[in-house]
Amino acid sequence: MKQDYDVIVVGAGPAGSTAARYAASAGASVLMLEKDRDVGYPVRCGEAVSHEGVIQFIQPDPKWIASTVTKFRLVAPNGKSVVPRLDGTGYVLERRIFDYELAKLAAAEGTEVVTKAYVYDLLKDDNGAAVGVKALIKDVKVEIRCKVVVAADGVESRVGKWAGIDTTCHIRDMESCAQMTISGIDVEQDVLDFYFGDDVSPGGYLWVFPKGKNTANVGLGLSVEEAKKKSAIKFLQEFVEKKFPRAAVLTHIAGGVPCAKTCSRIVANNVILVGDAAHQVNPVSGGGIISGMIGGMIGGQVAAEAISKRQLSHLVEYEKKWNKRLGWRHDVFYNIKEAIAGFSDDTLNSICDSALKLPEEKRTLGGIFRVALWNKPSMMLEVAKVFVS
Amino acid sequence: MAKPFLMIHIRPGKCDYCGCCVGVCPEDAIELQESKIAIIEERCTNCRKCVWACPWEVIEFHREGVQNLPKEISALDDFQFAHSLK
Repeated sequence: MKQDYDVIVVGAGPAGSTAARYAASAGASVLMLEKDRDVGYPVRCGEAVSHEGVIQFIQPDPKWIASTVTKFRLVAPNGKSVVPRLDGTGYVLERRIFDYELAKLAAAEGTEVVTKAYVYDLLKDDNGAAVGVKALIKDVKVEIRCKVVVAADGVESRVGKWAGIDTTCHIRDMESCAQMTISGIDVEQDVLDFYFGDDVSPGGYLWVFPKGKNTANVGLGLSVEEAKKKSAIKFLQEFVEKKFPRAAVLTHIAGGVPCAKTCSRIVANNVILVGDAAHQVNPVSGGGIISGMIGGMIGGQVAAEAISKRQLSHLVEYEKKWNKRLGWRHDVFYNIKEAIAGFSDDTLNSICDSALKLPEEKRTLGGIFRVALWNKPSMMLEVAKVFVS
Repeated sequence: MAKPFLMIHIRPGKCDYCGCCVGVCPEDAIELQESKIAIIEERCTNCRKCVWACPWEVIEFHREGVQNLPKEISALDDFQFAHSLK
């Protein structure tokens, strides 16, 4: 490890590794610091991605694909379900291997990686701009200098705050999550199951995603406003005991997902935020792997450009490019989330019933969405924005 | 500001170090390492958002303050850890 780099990336999740990869491939010297002992572990995630999303960055490889899925099943509070027709395929990942592969891609471009390296503060110049980080590396305090800090430090991000950006997630938007990997169960390998309703996950959803033979990733997220009344782990334990009473629990983990709009600023004082740290999460689905990688890619590229131009003010381009690529969509999705969160169990049941009356070929996600619109006309305006822009 | 310290407390050993509490903390008052966590007492305003956010129910709110905390949940090492980084 050197004393000085062009870019220091804090956090080696998918967003951090992708930022490091693209910054390094554009010629920047890059150091990536991971607070945990291992890259890719522990896994706090539902692990589902679309084929189209993932191939932008890496060719699908059986070693990190636990299951290939072709169907969604949406289960209404009354137990009735609808399976929309889908065109594409998706994957349930083995994140502990997937994240490793992404870090390897960054390393192949020349990124240095150090684990068990906890960043606890920024080094700043007299104007308050970041010129490096203070870290505790294997229990030794070190100071490392750089030109740009990429904060990919996840839901628990603090780097942005130190740079003067308010990254606090409102409790209405933070999803308090519990997740298990369970085995010894019967699970269809090509279907993603989503359960809705006040009994399983009020205001959010519970997922059962196949992870290879007899195994599934089961989890749920609920808004902290709801979690106040009953915690995520209680909901999950009740569901698993009822639905899979004899399951072996292989992992059992907590998490948080910022289902908000992108932070109002994602660039300040030579620091850029990517991934969950920037709230680059689809607010409806809570999915953040691909969107975080897109943020990481744009951020890494812009950081390298700013350095080669010797003009750090160029970093603002990252914010513009992100907003143009996905940020605006997430704003729209956020408004849709607000509308969906207000659905009562009765409304969800009636949406399911109406969807089941649709002819098979019209039973697409879009078709079901149209049905949902009849129940909530105020969503129409928000949806219209998605299609006219 | 004078306030009884340690009204918010994290049960060591039960915490999963997921960071959900850090994400909602408006005061940047939680220090989280791989398997260490501590509340930075000077910054904490006892708003309780972390208590609500915790998926595991390991953060506790004690009206009585520090004196009445059960011994098993005092975590001096972690508090020293938060201070050592300043």
